[in-house]
Amino acid sequence: MGMGLHNSEVKNPVLRWVDQRLPVVTMIQKEYGTFPTPRNFNYFWNFGALAMINLAIMIATGVFLAMNYTPHTAMAFDSVERIMRDVNYGWLIRYVHMNGASMFFIVVYIHIYRGMYYGSYKTPRELLWMLGVVIFLLMMATAFMGYVLPWGQMSFWGATVITNLFSAVPLIGPEIVTWLWGGFSVDNPTLNRFFSLHYLLPFVITGVVFLHVAALHVTGSNNPLGIEPKDKQDTLPFHPYYTIKDSVGIVAYLAVFAFLVFFMPNYLGHPDNYIPANPLSTPAHIVPEWYFLPFYAILRAVPDKLGGVVLMFASILVWFALPWLDTSKVRSMRFRPIARIFLFLWVISFFVLMYVGARPAEQPYVFIGQLATAYYFLWFLVLLPLLGRLEKPLPLPESISRAVLGARAALPGGGPVPAGAAAKPMDKA
Amino acid sequence: MRSKGLTTMRILKALAVAATVTLGGLTSPALAAGEAPPPPDTRFSFDGFFGTFDRGSLQRGFQVYKEVCSACHAMRQLSYRNLLDIGLTEEQVRALAAQFTVTDGPNDEGNMFERPARLSDRFRRPFANEQAARAANNGAYPPDLSVMVKARPNGADYLYALLTGYKDPPAGFQMQDGMNYNEWFPGHQIAMPNVLNDGQVDFADGTQATVSQMARDVTTFLAWAAEPELETRRQMGVKILIFLAILGGLVYATKRKVWADVKH
Amino acid sequence: MVEALAPGGGKHSVTHEDAAGGHPSDPTKRDFLKLTTAAFAAVGAAGLAWPFVGSLAPSKDVLALASTEVDLSPIQEGQAVTVMWRGKPVFVRNRSAEEVREARSVPMSELKDPATDQSRVQRDNWLVVVGVCTHLGCVPLGQKPTDAKGDYNGWFCPCHGSHYDTSARIRKGPAPTNLVVPEYTFTSNTAIRIG
Repeated sequence: MGMGLHNSEVKNPVLRWVDQRLPVVTMIQKEYGTFPTPRNFNYFWNFGALAMINLAIMIATGVFLAMNYTPHTAMAFDSVERIMRDVNYGWLIRYVHMNGASMFFIVVYIHIYRGMYYGSYKTPRELLWMLGVVIFLLMMATAFMGYVLPWGQMSFWGATVITNLFSAVPLIGPEIVTWLWGGFSVDNPTLNRFFSLHYLLPFVITGVVFLHVAALHVTGSNNPLGIEPKDKQDTLPFHPYYTIKDSVGIVAYLAVFAFLVFFMPNYLGHPDNYIPANPLSTPAHIVPEWYFLPFYAILRAVPDKLGGVVLMFASILVWFALPWLDTSKVRSMRFRPIARIFLFLWVISFFVLMYVGARPAEQPYVFIGQLATAYYFLWFLVLLPLLGRLEKPLPLPESISRAVLGARAALPGGGPVPAGAAAKPMDKA
Repeated sequence: MRSKGLTTMRILKALAVAATVTLGGLTSPALAAGEAPPPPDTRFSFDGFFGTFDRGSLQRGFQVYKEVCSACHAMRQLSYRNLLDIGLTEEQVRALAAQFTVTDGPNDEGNMFERPARLSDRFRRPFANEQAARAANNGAYPPDLSVMVKARPNGADYLYALLTGYKDPPAGFQMQDGMNYNEWFPGHQIAMPNVLNDGQVDFADGTQATVSQMARDVTTFLAWAAEPELETRRQMGVKILIFLAILGGLVYATKRKVWADVKH
Repeated sequence: MVEALAPGGGKHSVTHEDAAGGHPSDPTKRDFLKLTTAAFAAVGAAGLAWPFVGSLAPSKDVLALASTEVDLSPIQEGQAVTVMWRGKPVFVRNRSAEEVREARSVPMSELKDPATDQSRVQRDNWLVVVGVCTHLGCVPLGQKPTDAKGDYNGWFCPCHGSHYDTSARIRKGPAPTNLVVPEYTFTSNTAIRIG
């Protein structure tokens, strides 16, 4: 190629001038305009775009909240109340940020579940999936530290309990915790560093999201059939087909979001966090935010301190290995009637854990939690590897267009479709 | 295409049901030993998605707070200027604030001095600090009431139930010294005595000051104090949801049009 | 989300091979629909920006301190107090009869920023001015009895040597205009509210 101007096809002279030197217009055109996208997405494929928008909303509201928030133990609680009362639209910005965290996790959980159901983690998209898990871990850290900032009772005691997890590390556990705190308990130095990191991490997330999207645009999207597009018949240009389809999802998402913010803004929160932090009195029940409950339940399922912590981290780290744990040749659960049932059971175990995590640590909840934890890991470590080998999947359609358009419609102009391993095309789509 | 849409719908519906059940379970706090049962549902003017604060009730509630509660309970998030929102005129609020003295300073000589409160001043606190409050209250700390309604599950119902829930302890119930029996307080033993008695305050609007009336009014006032943005928030919410409904219809129609010539 | 709906985006759909088969039902209807949708989305996006922009304006607690009340009763004749108003010092001076006479006997032609003393006060002896030099924002001296009062017995700005008279008008030095008289009202005979 050598040096020189990019050969831009943009008509507008100003945009063209820019595009020749920095081909952003060409790039957007290529990646979001004509980008060939499988024609058979369902609405589950909205949730990546929704997560992106949610991240933008969190950063925007967060930046404006930071303009009025005071990260000091003596003033944090009052500064949040001042935002709620005195800052113009402060209540709106804070409630959007607060409920935005919940919306973010709802969206991302569905996004992850979609990836699991349709096998979006399978080759060649392993790295794409792993970057997604990194994003999820960063989200958890960000959300946890953000919840500490209002300096209510749950902030304080949540921070105390979660940082104490690290005391389970053999030999140097207590030293690590002191180091995390910057003192001998959760106090002002802790609040200060959490605020700093809570502001930083979303930008790190943004960076990893870019990598996630870049990786996606190398392999292209998966689709509900889990078979790769073979020719032009199988795809549509991203714009306008998926820009408009995503827009439908975005408006629906905003409506749910708005309903939460305007009519039940504290529904997903905990009343105790409106009591200022008090290091001398622990609330009767410490519960994390709802989106952490499944992992909290796994932590409590093990009677051993170190064991519980290890298992809790393992429950997310196991996602990294998912591309290799799933030994099936077929991606989409549509063609795996048996595995599909066990995946549904896994989802149920996830919700059961979420329920158990909010209950006090007493019977029968402890036992139910242990059962659900066992299944959680059984699915990943035993069922998924075995079913991939044992299960006979349903026949795959020859191509996306065949499945969508039916056998006849796909013939003209469709080009020769090499007969794959599949016996016969699916009539049903 | 139809069956695919149906499958998607079915999965979404299942997820929604699961989420509702789980989240519903999360938000109803667990009942451990020694906890009070959930308070009965009381009807308030601000209930529901479209409720607003009854201005008369707010003003009477403030009077109850001022004449009864404020002897022990601070409301440090509130300033006198906030009372303009409960339907009092600026004149009235200025006069009201001037009844209280606040500490200001230091002056040119370096001394703190007392002066009548102004609109911009925070509500006067009954005690200088938590230690002073405990010392004056037999070791118990009367909590700040600014966000109390948000700080308890079913806050308004709970406060109303608590204020009207003083009873003689059931036979055999072991009471600690200086504690009072309350049906709705967790553990039933509360340091706060029953402070509301019929006719305790004189309402300017002629409303009968029964215990339940005073409890209702002061709860309304505290609900407003905790969520002063509630009315604006709901009004804005209605407008935004209507806007999103229209936008949603338009976007969906556009989507149908764009996809009309593509089989999928 | 808004870019996704931008009206210019419509051109791509035409190039797509699917459109070649059967022509879309009614192109004008679709364009009108797209335009309306895009307009609605644009309004929504602008509406989203509004709370953020609004949140930067002075908050309610800041506005509540936008007026300051001053009790005049302790200020003896010939004395002055400095009060804070909107983060700036305000000079409140109980002028002696001599100072008032001095201020009113100056011919307008001698003034750099001509204004009668009567136009700068509401009651003869009470002068209320913002204590910020109109040159570059320093606080002039002259409030304390021991301060230098300048050549005209009023205030003297030590930064660049501006002299103000007993009506706080600029008489000598680089300051272009008189000290500013803030908006204030007498709420009683012995109290004013500034702002």
